[in-house]
Amino acid sequence: MNVVDLIKEYDGKAVVNSVSFEIPKGKVLSLIGPNGAGKSTVMGMISRLIAKDSGVINFEDKDLSKWKSKELAKKLSILTQHNNIQMKLTVRELVAFGRFPYSGNRLTVEDNEMIDKAIAYMELQEFEDRFIDELSGGQRQRAYIAMVIAQDTEYVLLDEPTNNLDIYHASNMMRTVRRLCDELGKTVILVLHEINYAAFYSDYICAFVDGKIAKFGTVDEVINKEVLSEIYKVDFEIIHIDGKPLSVYY
Amino acid sequence: MANCKKGACTIIRKHISTLFLGTSLLIISILSLFVGVIDIDLNTLLSGGDGMELKIFLLARIPRLLAILCTGVGMSVAGLIMQQLCMNKFVSPSTGATIQSAQFGILLSLVFIPTIGLWGRVLLAFAMSVLGTWIFVWFVQRIQFKNTVLVPLIGIMFGNVLGGITNFIAYKYEVTQQLSTYFVGSFALIIKGNYELVWLAVPLVVIAFIFANYFNIVGMGKDFSQNLGVNYKLVLFLGLTVAAMITASVVTVVGQISYIGLIIPNIVAMFKGDKIKGTLVDTALLGALFVLICDMIARSVIMPYELPIELIVGIIGSVMFIAMLIYKLNHGKKAIRIRLGKAKEGSCYD
Repeated sequence: MNVVDLIKEYDGKAVVNSVSFEIPKGKVLSLIGPNGAGKSTVMGMISRLIAKDSGVINFEDKDLSKWKSKELAKKLSILTQHNNIQMKLTVRELVAFGRFPYSGNRLTVEDNEMIDKAIAYMELQEFEDRFIDELSGGQRQRAYIAMVIAQDTEYVLLDEPTNNLDIYHASNMMRTVRRLCDELGKTVILVLHEINYAAFYSDYICAFVDGKIAKFGTVDEVINKEVLSEIYKVDFEIIHIDGKPLSVYY
Repeated sequence: MANCKKGACTIIRKHISTLFLGTSLLIISILSLFVGVIDIDLNTLLSGGDGMELKIFLLARIPRLLAILCTGVGMSVAGLIMQQLCMNKFVSPSTGATIQSAQFGILLSLVFIPTIGLWGRVLLAFAMSVLGTWIFVWFVQRIQFKNTVLVPLIGIMFGNVLGGITNFIAYKYEVTQQLSTYFVGSFALIIKGNYELVWLAVPLVVIAFIFANYFNIVGMGKDFSQNLGVNYKLVLFLGLTVAAMITASVVTVVGQISYIGLIIPNIVAMFKGDKIKGTLVDTALLGALFVLICDMIARSVIMPYELPIELIVGIIGSVMFIAMLIYKLNHGKKAIRIRLGKAKEGSCYD
């Protein structure tokens, strides 16, 4: 999957300004940057939730806009923060929706197996028949991830998955992201606010500033003093733990 | 019960409410056939009697029962669809301007094309109710209200404005008398030959059942639908159209019946959640049961006369609605779970 010259304007102001990059397959890629840098908008465009103004998004050698919606739903899934959680669905019913692109209305035996697997993978068996609006924030987030797992897509896009989660649940979420990539071989693209989660759990990082890519590279290439200070306009120190760079800012 | 197989057991548990509602509906339906000014009992009916009983039975009682059932099923399912699609538990045909739009359509037909006949009138009612509902939903989606109560309030306001216009034009062209039958729902005038239109609710409800999962997905939001490859706008408008058409056919035949679309889906959802595939049948059955009981009350309170059913539905419905609101305030969103005997979650009956 690659992106060429992506542009998005709101009221004549370019929010995303000729952004091009290639998404490495089978890796975790984090999009970081200050507020309003355009990272969520880019995510929205590659997940077809937001219409692009110009540019090309190639997905498996085909323009993204040429994909049939239902076919694309088997290849690429997106989880945003705007999910309506007021609906009274049980965890299992929610996860079952992940199979919708495959079987539509009628679940097959394989579908049910996939649903069981996804629920087990996220350790939600005991909550299977509980309504999602009765769960805690962390459990609910896991239920959504289970749905994405049931959807069984090669690409998984997560928009700020750690938002509104405490440290315990947020780091669990990030570990899950890692497992999605390492164990299930998925390509995961995240929008993240916490630089250190990005640094610790990603393979690649793409940093945005003012609608443009400031730096795209491996974690070590992006998480260093000069680059981060430039992007966020605050002083950074980098320390290493377990051979991974962590940033300290103040 | 102790040695029933787990599979069979869960199936029974899962459908126990449906079974219960279905059986009650069947019994009360049969009972209702024998409630009326003229006493008909089964013996005279079977022995032929003087033919009069049979005629009343076939021309009035059975059509009335069928109209009641279609109305109950139709209005509650229309409410269910609207609540899901609008992601708002307070939206229904009566709080989403659908009923008033249908009445406006009927008025247009009465005033401007009085010779159009029943089918023409229905078509106009269809067109207007679909249009009115679309405008309402388009508006609330455009503005994006943070407070969920504001949405039905806007709907009620919009409905009242439409109702005001309808009344004004009706006075001006002196059709208020004719129009009044469409304002206050009543089954009193239902006889064979003038009510069959309401059967339309049945295929529409079947369509709703087929598309149940689509409506659920759209109810989870635009991003959620997009992710699963569902065309949000198309399903939204299709669903609203189905709901509006059901409403219009009921309004044209029976008149306005409020509250059903609002309270019935909410009551069922409190027990069974929001998965439409799992609640649609129960919602339809409970809706039919509710209208049937209200109709029997309407028929028996001041016998040999009868009250318009809208009156009874209004009284009972508003009390139920307030009770529901109080329950939700006290218990939050927690679902009511029916426990059978001492059985615990997943432990079956044994």
